[in-house]
Amino acid sequence: MINLKINGRDVSLDIDPDTPLLWAIRDDIGLTGTKFGCGIGMCGACTVHVGGRATRSCITPLSAVDGAEITTIEGLDPNSNHPVQEAWRDLQVPQCGYCQSGQIMQAAALLKDIPDPSDDDIDAVMTGNLCRCMTYVRIRSAIRQAADGKKGVSTDG
Amino acid sequence: MLKYLEPSIAAVTQTVRLSKISRRGFLGSTGAFALAAYAVPARAFDTYATGATGMPHGVVEDPLIFVSIDADGTVTLVAHRSEMGTGSRTSLPMVMADEMEADWSRVKIIQAPGDEPKYGNQDTDGSRSMRHHIQAARKIGGSVRTMMARAAAAEWGIEPSVVTVEMHEVKGPSGQTLGFGELAEAAMAQPVPAHEEITYKSEDQFRYIGKGEVQITDLHDITTGAAVYGGDVRLDGMKFAVVARPPVVGGKALSYDATEALAVPGVESVHELPQGGLAMKFAPLGGIAVVASNTWAAIKGRDALKIEWEAGPHGGYNSESYMAEMVATSEQPGTPARDQGDIEDALANAARTFTRTYTQAHMAHIPMEPPAAIAHHTAEGLEIWAPVQSPYTTRTDTAAALGLDPEKVTVHVTLLGGAFGRKSKADFVTEAALLSRDVGAPVRVQWTREDDVHHSFYHTTSAERIEVALDENDKVTGWLHRSVAPSILSTFAPDEGNVLPIEQCMGMTDVPFDIASIRCESGKALAHTRIGWFRSVSNIPHAWAIGSFVGELADELGKDQLTMWLELIGAPRTLDPATSGLPESFWNYGEPMAEFPIETGRLIDVLTRAAEGIGYGKDLPAGEGIGLSVHRSFVSYVACAAHVKVVDGRITVPEMHMAIDCGFAANPERIESQLQGAAVMGMTTALHSGITFEDGAVIQSNFYDYDVVRSDNFPRKVVTHIVSHPFSDHATGVGEPGVPPVAPAIANALFAATGERRRAMPMGVEV
Repeated sequence: MINLKINGRDVSLDIDPDTPLLWAIRDDIGLTGTKFGCGIGMCGACTVHVGGRATRSCITPLSAVDGAEITTIEGLDPNSNHPVQEAWRDLQVPQCGYCQSGQIMQAAALLKDIPDPSDDDIDAVMTGNLCRCMTYVRIRSAIRQAADGKKGVSTDG
Repeated sequence: MLKYLEPSIAAVTQTVRLSKISRRGFLGSTGAFALAAYAVPARAFDTYATGATGMPHGVVEDPLIFVSIDADGTVTLVAHRSEMGTGSRTSLPMVMADEMEADWSRVKIIQAPGDEPKYGNQDTDGSRSMRHHIQAARKIGGSVRTMMARAAAAEWGIEPSVVTVEMHEVKGPSGQTLGFGELAEAAMAQPVPAHEEITYKSEDQFRYIGKGEVQITDLHDITTGAAVYGGDVRLDGMKFAVVARPPVVGGKALSYDATEALAVPGVESVHELPQGGLAMKFAPLGGIAVVASNTWAAIKGRDALKIEWEAGPHGGYNSESYMAEMVATSEQPGTPARDQGDIEDALANAARTFTRTYTQAHMAHIPMEPPAAIAHHTAEGLEIWAPVQSPYTTRTDTAAALGLDPEKVTVHVTLLGGAFGRKSKADFVTEAALLSRDVGAPVRVQWTREDDVHHSFYHTTSAERIEVALDENDKVTGWLHRSVAPSILSTFAPDEGNVLPIEQCMGMTDVPFDIASIRCESGKALAHTRIGWFRSVSNIPHAWAIGSFVGELADELGKDQLTMWLELIGAPRTLDPATSGLPESFWNYGEPMAEFPIETGRLIDVLTRAAEGIGYGKDLPAGEGIGLSVHRSFVSYVACAAHVKVVDGRITVPEMHMAIDCGFAANPERIESQLQGAAVMGMTTALHSGITFEDGAVIQSNFYDYDVVRSDNFPRKVVTHIVSHPFSDHATGVGEPGVPPVAPAIANALFAATGERRRAMPMGVEV
């Protein structure tokens, strides 16, 4: 039995402890905002916070998160208005949107660790999060805007 | 096991959220105005012919199909095209709402199921959504506004001509007002007006069209994780399946042992799927399916299968030797697709000739959402939830696979987590349908990334040889382009090695150069894997070759790239098919040439904008260079100017300018978004994306060996230039035309930076 806290709720799971956290979140807990992209921790679509750290849930076995506090995109902010989410909406970052919850979770963790990141910091931290629609230009602008806490940053790069 | 969030069928329906205007205006906002229903003599916008009528089930313009209005005034609009990131699910309803004078904040959008007889063509590819449906969207909106005005006038006992409609409200001359909600029932009972009866808005009266200020309808849900994609639907009693497919197309399992797979906790059953192969349209590849109580158990079960595969007829496919054969074929005359002037004479009498050959590897689409679909087969029929570009084809294909009447099949379209052509092919949905029938329960089939890379419908691979004749003044007098590539046709019919006219016409036969003699030929190439369409399709190899060749020719003749392009394009003119040696079968993306001609002035315009934007000709430090390319595709014109800088032995592209002429720009914000994406996807195809085969199987597997541009190396500055046009300059394609000019622009920039010319795509990122 694996016990964990997800988005503030206690959850007990009686499944294979080798099950990647991603599939437990999606199939067993039933939260589908966290996405499957590669299964090997190379695309970032499955990014959640474990104990506040950005974590690739597709390569994190349940056994490694027993007792941990986990946050998914659904629990990032009680009103879904985290500054990163607001910046994402303000700049209309998404195209298809599939990778965006992972991007937002990674960006939120980045700003927690580095409140005023340089462009190089942003690029280095976000390089593990792929976007096949290639919305990178707006992703970086949105992180910059969330960090600056102001509106009207150019979307030109 | 405690589940704190019990998913249910309710989660299946996408959350409907009222629409929003973007908080930061894109192009500035317009003032309010009142629109008289009949204040001026009815004047229709000038309709024009498009290829939409030639598409299966054409266009439906019935407002009663697309619009419903609640008593509280909520206007519900149907999006019948699939949303894969281009924004059509927002932009077409936006057009309807604007012409209707609906308040966008009181509009909600629902997704149509796959039902083309009802909604018209739903095949979301070919960059056709806006191009084919913008007129219908205006008519639908204008019809509803007219019906509202008539209903209010009847209620007040006055002439409709004195009634105005403004922002969800109808107003009478004495200050009477009735809201859309109050009028809904009476308005929708009015006869649907003919086009000529509707007074359309003039362009200065548009509130949303052309402004780029509406938020994409799924924006909030995407940023909260509530948006529903293919794998996100959960049905009661649903099983989870993965499939071990033959590594080689047309192969099959000679034998298999499922003992260990069935011993994996959670694995419930193992099923053999019918064998697939080439020329079977979108039929599944076959293989062995593992059905389990969750996805992870299914994956572990599949890993435990012991299968002896037979490769079948394509087990000898090796892409390296195949490429050498294609290059050799390109050295020999092929079948002419265009023959203007006398190319033999031009080459025979040339002062000299100049020849180069370019190649391109297969590519896979790898949308971030790997294929996934849910099917529920019951005695009553089949119900499907899937991220498909072609919901009606999905319906008919799955019906055929299960021997059902298509009327018994319902296809719900989820959001598509990227598609790029892959999700036009519903093989993965048919797998789910077959398994649901066999299992007797709802089944979700999940493809892993490895499945996606190994079993795609691949972008073709090609060899492109271009030879020009030059006179003593270095003027190009003859152009001979030979293309050799396996055809998409091989997916649909037994292969004879010939390409389709539509493939030739995507950027080869329609070459817009002012050269006396032009011949385009195709050589034979038999397909050994499933060939599909990938965003921009054959335009990618053709633009890659032509754009790179122009750069090489410029260098050969000691000219700058811009001068070379302008010389080859010649004076602004409309290409005349009758005198250009174009074949009877010439395909203009399905559009009538009279309405969507090939206009070289528009090529020159976008090229000039991109070149000026990036400052082409400016002095740059060593190791830096600018490349240019321009290409017409999907009846739009796009130029790319790329600035390459070699940093620590790696190609970087710090700045790109994308200039597009797509006729009337209905939603400039999404056009900018598509162009920003196309710039980086084009960079990915240029540097990274190569699928290769050995012994019939794909060598690559996942992002470690099939990488894309990441945030450590994307263009930091992408500037989009959108040519402004009135509505009368027909809206054309946006989703695809941005990609083709990018790779040759980068190759030309790399050459300018380093003097090194790369002719094989992908070029690789290291210098």
